[in-house]
Amino acid sequence: MSAASATGERDATLPDWLTVKRIGWAGVALGFLAFFVAVPPLTLRSPVPTVILGLLALAAGAYAVARDEPRIGWGAMIAGLVGIAGGIASTQTGSDSLERVVAWSALFAAMLRYATPLVFASLGGLFSERSGVINIALEGMLLMGAFFGVLGADLTGSWFLGLLCGMAAGGALALVHAVFAVTLRADQIVSGTALNFLAYGITTYLYLNRYGAQGTPNDLPSIPDVKLPLIEDIPFFGDIFGQVNLMIWIGLLMVIVVWVVVFRTPPGLRLRSAGENPLAAETAGLSVVKTRYAAVVTSGLLAAAGGAYLSIGFVHSFSQNMTVGKGFIALAALIFGRWRPGGALAAALLFGFSSALAQRLPVFSTSAATLFQALPYVVTLIVVAGVVGRSIPPAALGRPLDRS
Amino acid sequence: MSVEGPAPTLESPGEEPAATVAGRLAGYVRGGGVITPLITALLAFLVGGLVVALTGKDPIATYKAIFDGTGLNWFFPWISADERTVASLNLQQTLILTTPLILTGLAVAFAFRCGLFNIGGQGQYLVGTYAAVWAGSSFESMPHVVHVLVCIFAACFAGAAWAGIAGILKATTGTNEVISTIMLNWIAIWVGSWLFTLGGPLQTDTDKSVPVSPDIFPGAKLPVFWGDPELQGLHVGFFVALAALLVFWVVLNRTVTGYEIRATGFNPDAAQASGISVGRNYFLAMAVCGLFAGLAGALDILGWQFRVATNDIQISQIGFLGIAVALLGRNTAIGTMFAALLFGALLTGTSVRNLDPAVFQPELAGALTSIIQGLIVLLVSADILVVYLWRLRRRLKLRGRGNATAEAGA
Repeated sequence: MSAASATGERDATLPDWLTVKRIGWAGVALGFLAFFVAVPPLTLRSPVPTVILGLLALAAGAYAVARDEPRIGWGAMIAGLVGIAGGIASTQTGSDSLERVVAWSALFAAMLRYATPLVFASLGGLFSERSGVINIALEGMLLMGAFFGVLGADLTGSWFLGLLCGMAAGGALALVHAVFAVTLRADQIVSGTALNFLAYGITTYLYLNRYGAQGTPNDLPSIPDVKLPLIEDIPFFGDIFGQVNLMIWIGLLMVIVVWVVVFRTPPGLRLRSAGENPLAAETAGLSVVKTRYAAVVTSGLLAAAGGAYLSIGFVHSFSQNMTVGKGFIALAALIFGRWRPGGALAAALLFGFSSALAQRLPVFSTSAATLFQALPYVVTLIVVAGVVGRSIPPAALGRPLDRS
Repeated sequence: MSVEGPAPTLESPGEEPAATVAGRLAGYVRGGGVITPLITALLAFLVGGLVVALTGKDPIATYKAIFDGTGLNWFFPWISADERTVASLNLQQTLILTTPLILTGLAVAFAFRCGLFNIGGQGQYLVGTYAAVWAGSSFESMPHVVHVLVCIFAACFAGAAWAGIAGILKATTGTNEVISTIMLNWIAIWVGSWLFTLGGPLQTDTDKSVPVSPDIFPGAKLPVFWGDPELQGLHVGFFVALAALLVFWVVLNRTVTGYEIRATGFNPDAAQASGISVGRNYFLAMAVCGLFAGLAGALDILGWQFRVATNDIQISQIGFLGIAVALLGRNTAIGTMFAALLFGALLTGTSVRNLDPAVFQPELAGALTSIIQGLIVLLVSADILVVYLWRLRRRLKLRGRGNATAEAGA
């Protein structure tokens, strides 16, 4: 990538502020708009506005591609095509079923629920990866948190102790990851994959051993919802935020906390230096090994908190392999968010939204209900493929400290 | 027989871990020989036994019961004729499961040799089964051999295309193949669940209340060469898997493509500098992986399953086990074969049919298999055993030399 395109290629005939890249982004926005005009609350029943907006998006995309911004250009063209297809499909369906699917407040509320485990896991991944340790084992940590959250809540009768129990289990798994990745200098991707198998095996074994065919009890203590009496009455906003689970608020809060800790405090600086240039950090008197241990265990605690939310805050039960790839989606969110808390949150919300949409689409076709379950994975695949080359990981990611 | 070809840039193993996955694994291959995988497996079974003991069950009785169900006692000369009959039935089941495990193991091993970590064996295997069951339940009037070949070709192509998506993304945009193959796994699972679900496009016509594919036509089934075809005897696909081992070895070690793939695996930058197209090899390696995994799916469908049920799709582990098979088999042909036999035996021994619930619940034993699988991969990842054995050997050698000089001096 040349230096010029990083700052934005300019066309001499255009004003200064209008870079090719911005035109590309405008194309992406137009593509979304093409779809948006056809669904509630606007619900234009004619396909003409959709098609016009979509064609504008295609044109902007084609222009960007021609001017050496292929990535954003193709993104705009895909957005335009998807917008036209989705928009026309919407104008062809009955407006009542459309309103059942695209009830924005309910969709956003569901998005928050689906995004929260991803937020916790990707924030956990951020700690680990910023310190230079790849964390493929987020999936296993989520699963440990989910099962031991249920087990702890069931044994102690308290959701809080359940949450702590889940976090402790995730931390323990993370400690194993740290031993292998940092001390034994294992291949971090392979050892992470191993821990995912191990977490699946352990949770399935203990789940079947204790709960067997009956499944987890129905009267599990669960993490409470937070009711906000004043906000509840605000029409649209209140439907989303008026009554949400405690862990959703904590998750949003953690985004800010993690940002402050990692980017505005001395321990955060040490964490990042271990991930960017471990030798220099070591020379400056910092123990890279200790930093990485702390970071990986923190990542296990956070991811497991997300897992515990999933089991005792969201679905109120545990089932085998209930995380269904969420750890990997969280990892994708972290990469998409360029290893920053705000970016990870945005990506988690996007993936959460696709899960929420997947749950509602069966209104259109019940036989295809199963197929819609693939939507979050397709969205993740496209997003990761589209941006990953642009996303620059911490310099020492995946490399054990080499003192010699 | 040496299955490790001459490697272009092998560094001395055991000293410091090499930079690339392939480099590390080359060190793993050279250090410790056959002893390391044996110790790895033993350690994993030991820790698995600890888990069993911790939950208040008898690990020795459990492992004994699992072993008795594997049919491996067929090789013991002292067992009675009745026992031998049962053992032969069990051994057939073990080998039926060894067949796809060899191939999904190769699917992972081949990618490793190119420096890629293919976790997508499960998805590639599944799309292979879908393609095989579709081709097998269409074209009724086709001659037997042609029909079988069409099914196998369809499955291989589907698997290669599915894996090729990850390969193209890796080559063009640098997308991490771990994430893309995992996502492709889930997409394959849900697409398959939809294809054969109630009202799905490929659901059987005979009974609309069961979410299952139509049965394949008898003309597409593989012949059984050991045991009773009615009682799920061993099909000839077993030999196809063995032949695939040979193909794997020849392609990697005796062709230009194989050389380029290994060179890319050892050091992509050096390979690129010497005129090898790294992107092309990433795609090619992934496509070959998908071909192996898709073939595994075809042999399972044509050999003994004959149909795909949606709940089988959700619980199938063949592709994931391929990772442990490849790593335990040290990414070599011969190693993959023995590792596949181990896991095939483990799956058969822990199956509902073979494991006595009074001794140990089969469902729990399935989870135990996952624990053992995880432990094996974990132990291999650190190559700690190799480092340890390598140092031990050198220390012994040094001590031997030290003694020799001491004696010479005296």
